[in-house]
Amino acid sequence: MEEINALFHGFSVILTPMNMVLMLVGIVLGVLIGVLPGLGGANGVAILLPLTFTMSPTSAIIMLSCIYWGALFGGAITSILFNIPGEPWSVATTFDGYPMAQQGRAGEALTAAFTSSFVGAFVAVVMITFLAPMVAKFALEFGPPEFFAVYLLTFCSFVGMGKGSPFKILASMTIGFALAAVGMDTVTGQLRLTFGWTELMRGFDFLIAVIGLFGIGEILLSMEEGLAFSGKSAQIDPKVVLETWKKLPAYWVTSVRSSLIGIWMGITPGGATPASFMSYGLAKKISKNGAKFGTGQLEGVIAPETAAHAAGTSALLPMLALGIPGSPTAAVLLGGLLIWGLQPGPLLFVEQKDFVWGLIASMYLGNLVGLIVVLTTVPLFASILRIPFSIIAPVIIVICAIGAYTVHNAMLDIWFMLLFGAMGYLFKKLDYPLAPLVLALVLGDKAEDSFRQSMLVSQGEMSIMFSNKLVGGITALALIMLFWPLISRLLALLRPPKPDEFAAERPVD
Amino acid sequence: MESTDTQAHDGAGKGPATNVVDAVVAIIVMFMGGVVIYGSRKLGSGWTSDGPGSGYFPFYIGLILSISGLGILYQALAGKVKNTEVFVDREQLGRVMSVLIPAIFYVGAIQFIGIYVASAIYIALFMVILGKYSWIKSITAALVVNVLFFLMFEVWFKVPLFKGNYDLLSGLGY
Repeated sequence: MEEINALFHGFSVILTPMNMVLMLVGIVLGVLIGVLPGLGGANGVAILLPLTFTMSPTSAIIMLSCIYWGALFGGAITSILFNIPGEPWSVATTFDGYPMAQQGRAGEALTAAFTSSFVGAFVAVVMITFLAPMVAKFALEFGPPEFFAVYLLTFCSFVGMGKGSPFKILASMTIGFALAAVGMDTVTGQLRLTFGWTELMRGFDFLIAVIGLFGIGEILLSMEEGLAFSGKSAQIDPKVVLETWKKLPAYWVTSVRSSLIGIWMGITPGGATPASFMSYGLAKKISKNGAKFGTGQLEGVIAPETAAHAAGTSALLPMLALGIPGSPTAAVLLGGLLIWGLQPGPLLFVEQKDFVWGLIASMYLGNLVGLIVVLTTVPLFASILRIPFSIIAPVIIVICAIGAYTVHNAMLDIWFMLLFGAMGYLFKKLDYPLAPLVLALVLGDKAEDSFRQSMLVSQGEMSIMFSNKLVGGITALALIMLFWPLISRLLALLRPPKPDEFAAERPVD
Repeated sequence: MESTDTQAHDGAGKGPATNVVDAVVAIIVMFMGGVVIYGSRKLGSGWTSDGPGSGYFPFYIGLILSISGLGILYQALAGKVKNTEVFVDREQLGRVMSVLIPAIFYVGAIQFIGIYVASAIYIALFMVILGKYSWIKSITAALVVNVLFFLMFEVWFKVPLFKGNYDLLSGLGY
């Protein structure tokens, strides 16, 4: 019960008036970010990160993680009311959420979505509370080869679990690693790949990449489609909320199943999108109303939302316990830790108890506050989407430029942001996944360090990756993931698989 | 996303095929891989007296990058399922460029006159030219947004933003 004590200590750390205000501000900003096109969780947090440099790390992480929860909630608003998935993992929510809104049941759909998001996140936070300290304790004994094996597994899972061409996943990942290598070499102090351009000494900051790829890239994509938002109006009155809540317990099996899928998939990187689709697909198969899915079934909203939130929350587990983020947004939060002078990884649980347990406690509270905020303010946020795009687009580009500048107070970064924006547009259109690029850019130096240390230990022998059971097991798993596209093709020859019915809808992320 | 593509517009259906663009990007990816390999060879991608050299890790990254570029190129040109849909037609390209090109000028303007002034001009012009708003509405919106940003960054959070080579706001004392 050590964890319970630690958790209560965490609550005592965060329950100050100032932190409560920051939490509320974070949630509201987060929902705003989730609703606006071009500002998702990852780049929203990236843009606001510089504002927290002067705060204490605990207050800062409370605000930023609340922005994250808010953005997760906000995604559901646009999917249900406007049929526009704000984030890739909200796509599955549109299948039944938008038809419900068209039938005038928007309030019911939103209540169900928010409540199941809360349930999914809550189950995942409980899991983090008990599992994260154990994983961290276990990881304390990791040496460089073990860490490199875990990095390898992280990146190979993108290939194994991703959709689309494995070559594109690999290319996107290695572009991230290559960009991460630019600048000062952390071991020898040599300048690398700058080709004589001294401004490049600083290297490419992943925050700039996130702002450009997700922010500017998204604006360009939205612009291409020509914008005419036509949304359903929504009002949630307390009666609808209570009536929906009465219906929800009937679907508890779906909720539990979706939470478990979300947790399982969320710990592996890039898991939220596949989790929401898998959960929707399973619910459709198992439910007795399965045939009616897609016409506005409550269950079809509950399943993907629960799973997506459970996955989005679980993505923080490897970030906290191992220092390896499971999603771009978790990666940005990890970048924040580094900036505040905290070393992410297993030692965090030993050396920064206040911080870690404050964060975990704020996950409980933040999700509860988030649920209340979104239930009461939906009409306000829905009306934001009615502001014409020709006002929102330039303002978002200005916000992105300011965000890019404040990272290092460097003008050149704004140019890079624009470049990343054009790249994001091109890559999104050609189905290159962006998450591996961002994660590789964040983890590049650390993965390289652990690789070089391992090679130093073994004097260049790759066999160190199989030197004991633990490291060998993780490496083997990573290799299976890496070659999964080939393996699954061989398996398909032996036994033809059932076609994936949502293959076309699922986005590459 | 609700698109207006159902409306007939000129230039629809004309434009480069997606797999051709894919192939061009694949060649750029291979080129990038080549640059990384070249750079890390020069740094020393082998084993030095005190362990792996600076270019040891990037060398393999460049290698994988080039190989995946080659794979994408093959899939784009000789793969079983070729995506020959139009990548972007003229009208779509026009809409994208109508945001991208002003954005380039905007960043250029930041360099000279700083974020606040450049942003105000950018928002106002964007609203007038692309949004067809009246001058008065546009200028008001631009001023309100930028005064708000100024207060938020310079006054409340004390994060100074870029004022440009010719600081037009130097009179304000921030």
